Amino acid sequence: MCNQTVSLAAAELEKRGIATVVLQFMKDIALKVGPPRALWVPFPHGFALGNPGDTSGQRKVLNAALSILSKESISPPHLEIYGAI
Amino acid sequence: MASSNELSLSVRLFLKAYRWRKIDPTSWTPTHKPLSECKLAIGSSAGFVLPGQEPFDDAFKGGDPSYRWIPSNTQVEDLIETHRSQSFDHSGLEKDPNLGFPLDHMRAFEQEGIIGSLNARHVSFMGSITAPGRFISKSAPEFAQALVEDEVDVALLVPV
Repeated sequence: MCNQTVSLAAAELEKRGIATVVLQFMKDIALKVGPPRALWVPFPHGFALGNPGDTSGQRKVLNAALSILSKESISPPHLEIYGAI
Repeated sequence: MASSNELSLSVRLFLKAYRWRKIDPTSWTPTHKPLSECKLAIGSSAGFVLPGQEPFDDAFKGGDPSYRWIPSNTQVEDLIETHRSQSFDHSGLEKDPNLGFPLDHMRAFEQEGIIGSLNARHVSFMGSITAPGRFISKSAPEFAQALVEDEVDVALLVPV
């Protein structure tokens, strides 16, 4: 359910002028709910950034997510796949 | 990789029958300036609270729609995870709360100039909400408006 809840929060933030990016675990749910900007991550629930304590790996995920915010030629709902960028 | 196979049969059946809330129309705010000039806030659905804050209520029918503010100077070790779902492995969040609330990383990004600044507060809520009516109508508009008043430009939202 977390996939949906963060997406609904993102929708409200975007409505009020705050650009968002959400992480998502389940592609099928992301496609059904349609958050404005999303990065699908290939990790189990509870491990959104990968392995605990893996600072370098976690930073890569976060950089990939935040990079979506800098892309101008995209339109909503926009879903990217981590590792395919 | 997350897949429905990691979930129990009862959860899989629930998710299959669940009527997901399609965001329609999709709200959209273009980014007007570089990330290095943006103020960022974190949103996390891990159900984190700080000592002294009320834990999320796991008995709330449909999922607790409330939220908590987490100050930016919080030590992540102080975060207490109160996510009600038993359908995922909580051990990662216990070892490293940054997995669900990447505060240390965002502080580093601020220091390194990757983001312009980090907002003074961030929002924590319960992701396990099956009936999100009150979250949509009350909580999300409240914290979104507060972040607008904080002059936040961008938000990073992390599920668990």
